[in-house]
Amino acid sequence: MVKETLGLKDIVAEKLTKREAQSGPVSANDTISIRNLSVYYGDNQAVKNVTMDIGARDITALIGPSGCGKSTFLRSMNRMNDLILGARTEGEIWLDATDVLSPATDVVELRKRVGMVFQRPNPFPKSIFDNVAYGPRVHGIRRRDQLEETVEQSLIRAALWDEVKDNLNKSAMDLSGGQQQRLCIARVLAVQPEVLLMDEPASALDPISTLRIEELMSELKKDYTIIIVTHNMQQAARVSTYTGFFLSGELIEFGLSTTIFTTPREKRTEDYVTGRFG
Amino acid sequence: MDQHTRASFDEQLRELQQELLRMGGVVEQMLFMCVKALVERDVALADETINMDDIVDGYNLDIETHCLRLLALQQPMARDLRTIAAVLKIITDVERMGDYAVDIAKTAKILAEKPLFKPLVDIPRMAEIVQRMLRESLQAFVNHDTALLEQIVTEDDAVDNYNRALTDELVGYMEKNPSVVYQAMRLILIVRYLERIADHITNVCERVYYMETGTLKELH
Repeated sequence: MVKETLGLKDIVAEKLTKREAQSGPVSANDTISIRNLSVYYGDNQAVKNVTMDIGARDITALIGPSGCGKSTFLRSMNRMNDLILGARTEGEIWLDATDVLSPATDVVELRKRVGMVFQRPNPFPKSIFDNVAYGPRVHGIRRRDQLEETVEQSLIRAALWDEVKDNLNKSAMDLSGGQQQRLCIARVLAVQPEVLLMDEPASALDPISTLRIEELMSELKKDYTIIIVTHNMQQAARVSTYTGFFLSGELIEFGLSTTIFTTPREKRTEDYVTGRFG
Repeated sequence: MDQHTRASFDEQLRELQQELLRMGGVVEQMLFMCVKALVERDVALADETINMDDIVDGYNLDIETHCLRLLALQQPMARDLRTIAAVLKIITDVERMGDYAVDIAKTAKILAEKPLFKPLVDIPRMAEIVQRMLRESLQAFVNHDTALLEQIVTEDDAVDNYNRALTDELVGYMEKNPSVVYQAMRLILIVRYLERIADHITNVCERVYYMETGTLKELH
């Protein structure tokens, strides 16, 4: 627990020093600090010694070719890799003062704080209401009026309320793909997370639904820290403030998205964002 | 790394740069012709220069259309984006240079009506520097040569000096002898047009610098 003994100024100073090697967001409000993170699947090292700081209430995009480690990196944030047989993680991830990777950390509590939205919408075969109420119920909320309030607020935040408010008992499976994805976002929001991890959240959606999800992200970043993995570079450029480029498990370049997409520092980033390989 | 994943886009970018070079080449030719028309009092050559302006205007529209099409269809990033952004700006400057060459040609026709009150010495020298600057700026664009840009900016200083010195000299003639005002006024205009062309060339240099470095800055 070294971190707790350091003052805020020390932490910022420490981050500034480490930033000299890898430029990126630095502020006293960083919610996620990743230090020397490596992830192995058996003998294969999928993430190689990555250090970065992810700013609070902002959108950070992770880009890179298939198999570059960006999804594995994303899944480390809420310990989803624990579920994969043979996966092993080294290094540190700090969510404020919480040591994410410590065996002592309550994973259920962690995943409440760090929610995840997947590539394909995966609603439960239940009603719209029960999908959103699922998380709060798991966390012990039973009172109907309280659940109704949470479901309504979450659906409003996910920009789905107006479309479903008269049919909350309809099966979630009857919604369109875009609506299902917003339902999944509402389901995550219902447990009041701090961080939203999004793994290609729009890649299975049509262009209009994609733009609605992007609009929604811009809305949500006022209150949540969002990390999105995307193969769509225009999407990364449109929605994110910061972008990290991964290649073969390494974080090659991390900085303002405007810089990454107009004047990247690294040749490899340039080649990737201009579509010359990958 | 596979360098051929965007072969057709690469081809279109190359074609875009070739079009700009051809446009620049036409203006370079116009500049040469209008000054020759002035020195040799060749009205036919001046008319030929004036007629070439349509070619430049055509290039301007074609290249702009080409740029917009690439932006819309290819979603260019990084260097590709900077190249297209630079070309979009450069064509406006090159088109204006063509307009100034036309202005010089028109003035040359007026001056050809009567013998000049003095022989032309410095204006052809000044024009020669401007022509060289234009050629070099296009070379810098093609060869990604930022060192050459600095040289061009130095040459622009020489053009500015000619501008000041020749204007003063011609005003001096007018003060001494009002009968030369008709011609001296027009020679001052020609000096002014050449100075403007050189300014547009330094704008081109700034765009080439941006394309190569990603930094926007005034070079002069």
